[in-house]
Amino acid sequence: MSDVIVLAEHFDSEVKKVTLELVTAARSLGSPVVLWLGAGCTDSVVETMGSFGASQVLVADSDAVRNHPVAPGAEIVAELIGSMSPAAVLVASSADGKEIAARAAIKSGSGIITDAVEIAADGTVTQSVFGGSTIVHSKVTHGTPIITVRPNAIPATQAPTTATKTDITPAVSEAAQKVTITNRAVVEKGARPELAEAEIVVSGGRGVGGAEGFGVIEQLADSLNGAVGASRAATDAGWYPHQFQVGQTGKTVSPQLYIANGISGAIQHRAGMQTSKVVVVVNKDPEAPIFELADYGVVGDLFSVVPQLTQEISSRK
Amino acid sequence: MKIAVCVKQVPDTWAEKKLRSDDSRLDREAADGVLNELDEYAVEQALQITEALGGEVVIVTMGPERAAETLRKAISMGADAGIHLVDDHLAGSDAIATSAALAKALEGRGFDLILFGSESTDARMSVIPAMIAERLDLPQVTFAQKVDVSGTTLTAERVTDYGYDVLTTELPAVVSVVEKINEPRYPSFKGIMAAKKKPVETLTVGDLGLEASVVGAAAAWSAVADFAARPPKAAGVVVTDEGNGGTKIAEYLTSQKFI
Repeated sequence: MSDVIVLAEHFDSEVKKVTLELVTAARSLGSPVVLWLGAGCTDSVVETMGSFGASQVLVADSDAVRNHPVAPGAEIVAELIGSMSPAAVLVASSADGKEIAARAAIKSGSGIITDAVEIAADGTVTQSVFGGSTIVHSKVTHGTPIITVRPNAIPATQAPTTATKTDITPAVSEAAQKVTITNRAVVEKGARPELAEAEIVVSGGRGVGGAEGFGVIEQLADSLNGAVGASRAATDAGWYPHQFQVGQTGKTVSPQLYIANGISGAIQHRAGMQTSKVVVVVNKDPEAPIFELADYGVVGDLFSVVPQLTQEISSRK
Repeated sequence: MKIAVCVKQVPDTWAEKKLRSDDSRLDREAADGVLNELDEYAVEQALQITEALGGEVVIVTMGPERAAETLRKAISMGADAGIHLVDDHLAGSDAIATSAALAKALEGRGFDLILFGSESTDARMSVIPAMIAERLDLPQVTFAQKVDVSGTTLTAERVTDYGYDVLTTELPAVVSVVEKINEPRYPSFKGIMAAKKKPVETLTVGDLGLEASVVGAAAAWSAVADFAARPPKAAGVVVTDEGNGGTKIAEYLTSQKFI
């Protein structure tokens, strides 16, 4: 069975959930070989990878990899494509992931497909495009298929095996070290899950009315252990930080549950959340287009509906 | 400081987008073509840098004849010149071929900075800046929320999932910017009038020194097998709040096992 390279997505030895989703997806194409760039690949990480079906974990850690973004990773991926002739390379659809995939595609003469939501055993990729309005099936036709996969699209399932860990020390060229990371600023993320990976997302829009209004949104999110999102109207107005924007020009999320509060549902926003499994809407305007997506909707004032909901959830736990 | 800003004409952000049934490509005729709104931030950043340090801003685009309007629109914000890659052979190019053509158009012109928006609102791949950096062997500083140029040193904040990384490099470099970096200006009447007279160079695949066989749909390294409209969602339940809206949602969430 041929190998399938999976580029691990991690932060500070914390394996991101999408990595397990990638390993799961890789199993249908071949034998998953995880590539871990940088520090933090502990024995327990290797064990976790094995429990999801990875046969090997290759660790590429050096100053070159740690201190320079994207380019070293792309070199290493391209080198492994050359030496391992894998059936495919799977990467998370994150900023780094897509860019490493893009550069490795050029280096190795391979086609690239981004934002897969499903991968069939024959390599056919399903994408959900134009804000989820169109489902596309496509295939890489040249070189090694390099596919980036959206977080939360493919459920991770276990398939226990024992993964071996191998340190590889690939040379990284000078050219790939032209950009230096001089500081990593970590914004306090608090206890909330990360937006792109969250099972539940609670969002606020124009109807929230101001920065203070996001308090009720956060309380609802916390009662459900969910992430907080915001529409562009809310982030443009400065009511909520920009990195939480859901929409065409922000993050794309597809959680199990999406609760849209005071969001009208312009295409701009729908493009970022349309593939959510269950959508609940609270909006005082019964004509708001977001109701078209609602599995359950309440026409009403979010400032009375949302706190009541939060209280109900807390009392039902 | 000589800055290139690569822009793309895309269907109006607010319009429904569709693929064409005959060749599975985006139906660009179905909606107005507009300047990709995320590119406006790149143009603005280029103008701010040259206003502070002096220099020239050249807008670069690849697209059919009608993309010329978008090129003029970007120039009207205050840029100095334009380059338009326009050739029927380019139609249907994938990201790999697009980056090959753009790289040829950009190289050897002495650009200190090559700027991009963080993504196009139609394809949304966000890979072209990285591919250009790869092809031209230039430093890549993408998803920047802040860019400072001092002498030949560039410092930027790259947005990450956990905050941001501070990056430094030497010019020339490829940079993409996110929308929170600035507030793009509206073209002034003077700018719009002036843009009509700014020089625009048109380049064909031949002018780029590329074989027609390496670009366009036939050269693409991935292919669409089929596509379909997403099945419409079954209509949900919508109720009017009568003082118990929150409780009703809680009941629904319980029935769906979220609580």
